[in-house]
Amino acid sequence: MNPIATVFRRELKGYFATPVAYVFIVIFLILAGSLTFYFGGFYERGQADLSAFFIYHPWLYLFLVPAIAMRLWAEERKSGTIELLLTLPITMFQAVLAKFLAAWAFVGIALALTFPIWITVNYLGDPDNGVIFTGYVGSFLMAGAFLAIGSCLSAATRNQVVAFILTVVACFLLLLAGFPLVLGFFQTILPQGVVDAISGLSLYAHFDAISKGVLDLRDIVYFVLTIGAWLYATAIVIDLKKAD
Amino acid sequence: MIETTQLTKRYGNLTAVDGISFKVEPGQVLGFLGPNGAGKSTTMKMIAGFLAPTSGGAKVCGYDVESQPIEAKRSLGYLPEGAPSYGEMTPRAFLEFIADVRGIAGDARKRRLDDVIGRLQLEGVLAQPIDTLSKGFKRRVGLAQAILHDPPVLILDEPTDGLDPNQKHEVRALINAMSHDKIIVISTHILEEVHAVCTRAVIIAGGKLLADATPAELETRSRYHGAVSLTATNTGEARAALARVADIESIEIDPQDHRITAFPKKGRAIFVAVSDALKAQNVTVSELALEAGRLDEVFRTITQPQIKGGRA
Repeated sequence: MNPIATVFRRELKGYFATPVAYVFIVIFLILAGSLTFYFGGFYERGQADLSAFFIYHPWLYLFLVPAIAMRLWAEERKSGTIELLLTLPITMFQAVLAKFLAAWAFVGIALALTFPIWITVNYLGDPDNGVIFTGYVGSFLMAGAFLAIGSCLSAATRNQVVAFILTVVACFLLLLAGFPLVLGFFQTILPQGVVDAISGLSLYAHFDAISKGVLDLRDIVYFVLTIGAWLYATAIVIDLKKAD
Repeated sequence: MIETTQLTKRYGNLTAVDGISFKVEPGQVLGFLGPNGAGKSTTMKMIAGFLAPTSGGAKVCGYDVESQPIEAKRSLGYLPEGAPSYGEMTPRAFLEFIADVRGIAGDARKRRLDDVIGRLQLEGVLAQPIDTLSKGFKRRVGLAQAILHDPPVLILDEPTDGLDPNQKHEVRALINAMSHDKIIVISTHILEEVHAVCTRAVIIAGGKLLADATPAELETRSRYHGAVSLTATNTGEARAALARVADIESIEIDPQDHRITAFPKKGRAIFVAVSDALKAQNVTVSELALEAGRLDEVFRTITQPQIKGGRA
């Protein structure tokens, strides 16, 4: 069997070997639901769409995804299994990718379990299911970007708490960079080109575009490149920190 | 075959491994000896392909560990220090995972799994999470993982560390049983282990290779090599009798158990002369033994000047 698939399966099973996975999924579903209904005003809006649901995903992921990502490499380093994994006949790239994909698939499972809300909105009204679909795609891509960032920062330390905090901060900064409030501030002091560049780097701007139903190739490329770059950085960081 | 050439690892200013070159042929069990922090583990990590050497290189079965890492890793089994494994998995799931990553499929997969499970007597714990196993079993799971693909080269970093005497005996028996057609490198600081399993010993301290010989050759370097030790009922009489043996250089008496050790002059054998002299003087001895040499003493003499700094 392909070593990526083998490591992927082991990792994904590993999530469900402890109660952590179930706790995560339950918390994710409760938070996603309560944010949508209480803060998003799902019913009060009176609109058959899921924007009240997706709009809170960046904030939900900001804390939940680093909790998944923090153990990716920090735990391997702490328990010494990194030495085992990297002396098996697989390349560093395969190991990094397999572990990332397993974590991403796990978040994907949690996200997929929100399907009742999709059914609900279809029962209540006649929503544009294409927009809802792109909303899920955007949400999933953003979770992937957060995870890739977390993977890299988790490789930088063997302390999971440090990895968690670093990841939250990094993701927070990348999210903020796209908010009108922040961009407005930059607009007063920086030329428009630079402001556009900052907003272009922001995860939020690209997520927002996709979740509004505009599946632009550029946004997808942005996420793929972001994930790729952070995973590449993960491999470099592991190489640098291996000896400690 | 394992071959290292001027293998060197530096961390900033610190040289952990300093130009180590050696060759190991099939059938040899090479013991890495050295104080803690001597560079044993670092050397093994470089051969296993975990750490990249700063300079120099290593080849496993003809594959360079840096330019052909996958081929090199395929031909070796590695037990990292502390025998790490995924604690939430059961030994069965863990070994199956290793088999899959190593691409062992079909009949061979079942055959190899049965073989290592039998050899390391893991049948009783196959369904128990590794986290809940005793240290001895964890170590055995680590060993099972290393030999699963029946590699021509085995690198075992402190395979018996933390095991009880029975378990140590079992692991050594296992190593001996595999040694005839494999290359095995083990690191240890238990000197009796060198006798028990190694055909060759390398002493490393301060990152440098200081000695490379068979255990028996190392022993001949000991001050005790060829010395005769005895315990007499009357120490004074025995001492007087020994004074008549011309080839004795010096005599030492252990202050605790009054065991007498007579050291020969260089290149002389004194055992027969000593036993004759004792008989002639009618000295009763409860024990009389020819010393082969003491490895711990050789080890100290070789490594003592080097024990400054270094890292594991």
